[in-house]
Amino acid sequence: MGKFFAVILVVVTLASAYPIVTHKYVQPVDISTHGHAIDEQLADTMAEGGFAFVGAQLLLAFFVWKFSSRKDGSKVKHLPGGAKLVVATAFILVGTEVLALGVLGQKAWADVYFTPPKADALQIQSQAGQFAFYFRYPGADGKFAPLHPDKIDEGNGNYFGLDPANDVEARDDIVAAELTIPVNREIHLLLHAKDVGHSFYVRELRIQQDFVPGLDLSLHFTATKTGKYEIVCTQLCGLGHYNMKAYLNVLPQEDFEKWLKDRAAEQ
Amino acid sequence: MRVKAGYLAGLATLAVCAVIVHAMPSGGTVSGKVTYEGTPAKQKPIDMSKEPSCAKQHATPITTETVVTGSNNTLDNVVVYVSAGVPDENAPGQVVKFEQKGCQYIPHVLAFQVNQTLEISNADQTSHNIHPLPKVNREWNKSQPPGSAPISEKYDKPEFIPVKCNIHPWMHGNFAVMKNSHYAVTQGEGGFSLANLPPGKYTITAWHESYGDQSQDVTISGSETKTVNFVFKAKPY
Amino acid sequence: MEEAAVQPTHVHAPPEGFLRKYVFSLDHKVIGKQYYGLALVSVFIGMVLSWLMRFHLVWPEVKVHGLEVLSASGAPGGVITPEYYLSLLTMHGTLMVFFVLTNAPFAGFGNYFLPIQIGAEDMAFPRFNMMSFWTTFVAFVVLVLAFFIPDGPPISGWTAYAPLSAVGKDAGPGLGWGQNLWAISIAIFCIGQLLGSLNFIATTLDLRAKGMTLMRMPICTWAWFITSCIGLLAFAVLLPACLLLLLDRMAGTSFFIPSGLVVSDRLQNHAGGSPLLWQHLFWFFGHPEVYIAILPAVGIVSHVLITSMRKPLLSAKVLIYSMLSIGFLSWMVWGHHMFVSGMNPFSSLLFSFPTLTITIPATIITLIWLGSLYGANIQINSASLFALGFVSMFVSGGVSGFFLAQPSIDIYLHATYFVVGHFHMVMGVAAIFGILSGTYFWFSKMTGRMMNDSLGKLHFWITFVGTYCIFMPFHYLGLVGNVRRYASFVDDFMAPLMPVHKFVTIAAFVTGAAQFLFLYNLIYSRFRGQLASENPWHGTSLEWSIPSPPPWNNFGDKHPVIFHDPYQYGVKGSKGDFVMQDSPEQIVGG
Repeated sequence: MGKFFAVILVVVTLASAYPIVTHKYVQPVDISTHGHAIDEQLADTMAEGGFAFVGAQLLLAFFVWKFSSRKDGSKVKHLPGGAKLVVATAFILVGTEVLALGVLGQKAWADVYFTPPKADALQIQSQAGQFAFYFRYPGADGKFAPLHPDKIDEGNGNYFGLDPANDVEARDDIVAAELTIPVNREIHLLLHAKDVGHSFYVRELRIQQDFVPGLDLSLHFTATKTGKYEIVCTQLCGLGHYNMKAYLNVLPQEDFEKWLKDRAAEQ
Repeated sequence: MRVKAGYLAGLATLAVCAVIVHAMPSGGTVSGKVTYEGTPAKQKPIDMSKEPSCAKQHATPITTETVVTGSNNTLDNVVVYVSAGVPDENAPGQVVKFEQKGCQYIPHVLAFQVNQTLEISNADQTSHNIHPLPKVNREWNKSQPPGSAPISEKYDKPEFIPVKCNIHPWMHGNFAVMKNSHYAVTQGEGGFSLANLPPGKYTITAWHESYGDQSQDVTISGSETKTVNFVFKAKPY
Repeated sequence: MEEAAVQPTHVHAPPEGFLRKYVFSLDHKVIGKQYYGLALVSVFIGMVLSWLMRFHLVWPEVKVHGLEVLSASGAPGGVITPEYYLSLLTMHGTLMVFFVLTNAPFAGFGNYFLPIQIGAEDMAFPRFNMMSFWTTFVAFVVLVLAFFIPDGPPISGWTAYAPLSAVGKDAGPGLGWGQNLWAISIAIFCIGQLLGSLNFIATTLDLRAKGMTLMRMPICTWAWFITSCIGLLAFAVLLPACLLLLLDRMAGTSFFIPSGLVVSDRLQNHAGGSPLLWQHLFWFFGHPEVYIAILPAVGIVSHVLITSMRKPLLSAKVLIYSMLSIGFLSWMVWGHHMFVSGMNPFSSLLFSFPTLTITIPATIITLIWLGSLYGANIQINSASLFALGFVSMFVSGGVSGFFLAQPSIDIYLHATYFVVGHFHMVMGVAAIFGILSGTYFWFSKMTGRMMNDSLGKLHFWITFVGTYCIFMPFHYLGLVGNVRRYASFVDDFMAPLMPVHKFVTIAAFVTGAAQFLFLYNLIYSRFRGQLASENPWHGTSLEWSIPSPPPWNNFGDKHPVIFHDPYQYGVKGSKGDFVMQDSPEQIVGG
């Protein structure tokens, strides 16, 4: 039965590796400027992890095949090199590889988090609240009006809690249910949580960041391809979490400007 | 002989008159129009893109319904009711229906009586979670997956209750729980008519979700129709 | 502490009467079995909850007849609502992590075998021990009560992130009294674990028999000892965290809730709190907790493997030091659950380095096992199959952890099914395999009867292949970007992935069904199993030197004396191929 274990293990290992090796399940196309570093890191890790996975499972299978239920009288023997070999392998081979990936991976992380947004990045505010995302553009005056949580009135379409009666800057703020942005322009997205924790995730942009109530967080990114992409909430926020999404529309510059004008007329 | 026939004719006429009087609606009617003056807040189109199965049910997006107006400055969705002067009534057996369709509440304002059965149905392909927000009645919210059975509920105290959907933030509506059967919701041209009022003094109240309420007193004697109009002040914000 | 003093008097009197013998027992063996029994009940409840979840995900409109009796609002007409799905998810996670993975391998087997393996009569504090079980039992009852209350069970996940878990009912159904019961239950659970951990530590340090040095303790004893040290510190943080959560919910404090929140149209009357504070407190406990779940299994599997291989490990000392390193490093990595949480991104890099470093001791442990298999004479039975299966699962789960340890990759994989696949592989499969291996191995000692080995092997094959079929696809789903904790998959994006989900659901039903084979085997063998000898596996540690089942004071009137470590297998010149720890037989060239 030891040999049967070895056979089953080999089958399971190869079956597990097959969809990865044939690229059957991969990330959607990258539409961001920083995403290629993440994708490269992922590919490197997949290669090394895959090698470790397949190698270890096959070694286990091989040893169980060879050294199980042997005929009586077989003497047990020890691996030449013993524990010293094991420790050396772990430290030198695995340790350096793993730490190298950690060091190399810093660049991808730094691109997202340690570079400030460009001075001319387009500022858009995103509000996450049970169970939808809304987006606010500063309008002609280029300023975001202050938010008043006690003025929130969703039945009236006032999702952010703007007070146009008293705040002049609020009168030109544009509120939309879709994040429409121009292609190839850096966006500085300000994240505001209305009620509980949420998260902003666009797979194609290789970006994910939690909204934390009480914290002013932000993201910056540049989309390089036009199209329509999903923004989904990835932080459990209540019963409607599964249905909390919005669409990211990446448009050519002129189409974006027209869209913005149309939205302004509706406010 | 002629005297007897005369008596008979008189009796018959009296009888017919009695029948006719009995069949005629007893009591008076209060009717009128609700209008606004000033500039009402702009109703914004609702972007339902996060729920594609609802978005595609509307060729042009629907707008918010907090201020619905008609021609000649008339105001819809105003609940006009008798707030004083008639006794409280038991609920009728009839069921009132509140529908979730196209990710919209239909009707936007639903008036019904204390302890009357309210039936909420979901005609959409998405789950809704209906959450009325009362202050004096019992609060509850319930999920309705698509295709599930209607929810039956009752309220035992009169109140104006805002209603929202926990899953679709733009969905808002109102329940008006009334203590008697003399109420109407203005539709179409802002008009209302409250009939079957016995002679007496009444307070008629008009309630609008954005503009609050106003009351006027009226006295009915006999089967007349009295006109009572309401004018609300509208504001752009 | 080379040789510990032996207690001159009995730790407690022989039990008399039904209650003292079977209910409020001071005997560590009964307490161990009670913990195991509680874990068994919890795991089957948890498994049924996962069936309901998987069923709902692929057949959302199909009615589960009868479920509306348990929850009229959660499952009207038997159709699972989104909030009820999240309740199932929350209760599944809470039951499995706390009441199964902390109870069975640590409190269950540890309680039963630690005193025996060190040659003691019982634990150092038998009364504390009894209290620790009954406290855990009360915690279980409080948690399960949440299924039956009108507010319904909690929906914020086993991680209960604030402010969702803290603001109360305004945030939605399932956040009323159910969430309070959750916090109360876990707080009580913490107390039980603290009592238990104190006991394990005191017993290991003070009650070892003559000749039982620390390095002569079996590896599983070491694993329980290290786990109890971790547990003492970890649960000591979770307990106040739960109390603070209860204060926010019930006393109007604002530890975790900032000002200005509008929840369900209501402005919340709180100010000054920090949602990230909850995450730091929770994960400071939560990461060591997952090592509490896996280290005992590492110990048990090592123990079973050595006995099954008929040879010692390449170096037990290296493995023990690796477990110690993992225990030490486990305190420095909690932030890897929070890479994109909004904490300082520099902290994320800081946390990733110790996380990646844990790969080294974990690799050493795996390579020690693999290297020891070389030249062995592996006896294949149910226990050793599950132990070998554990090695495979430990590799699979460990490799996926390697991806998640890197913050840049975590940007993409966080909160996807990749994470769900990872933690199920290590906890939901590997740790369970450790428990199962220990069960098949030690059942005869605990009951005096053997489990049916053929049925055990069948159980193994279905479970081994089945769990790969369930959890390996989760990694693929994660790579594509399938988000976790979704009650339904309604987006167009998900449509091409539904066949994978269907495959997983079917595999889950089949694998789950096989666990009933195990339950049947357990119960049948308890009463009708073949009678067992004292040492059916020819093991060397002290549990194999006493009758099956052991008498109330383990060693009778004898006080065992230890002469060597428990790895004397394949010993040249010995009568069999092994020498027991309490045998003065000389080791020749061993």
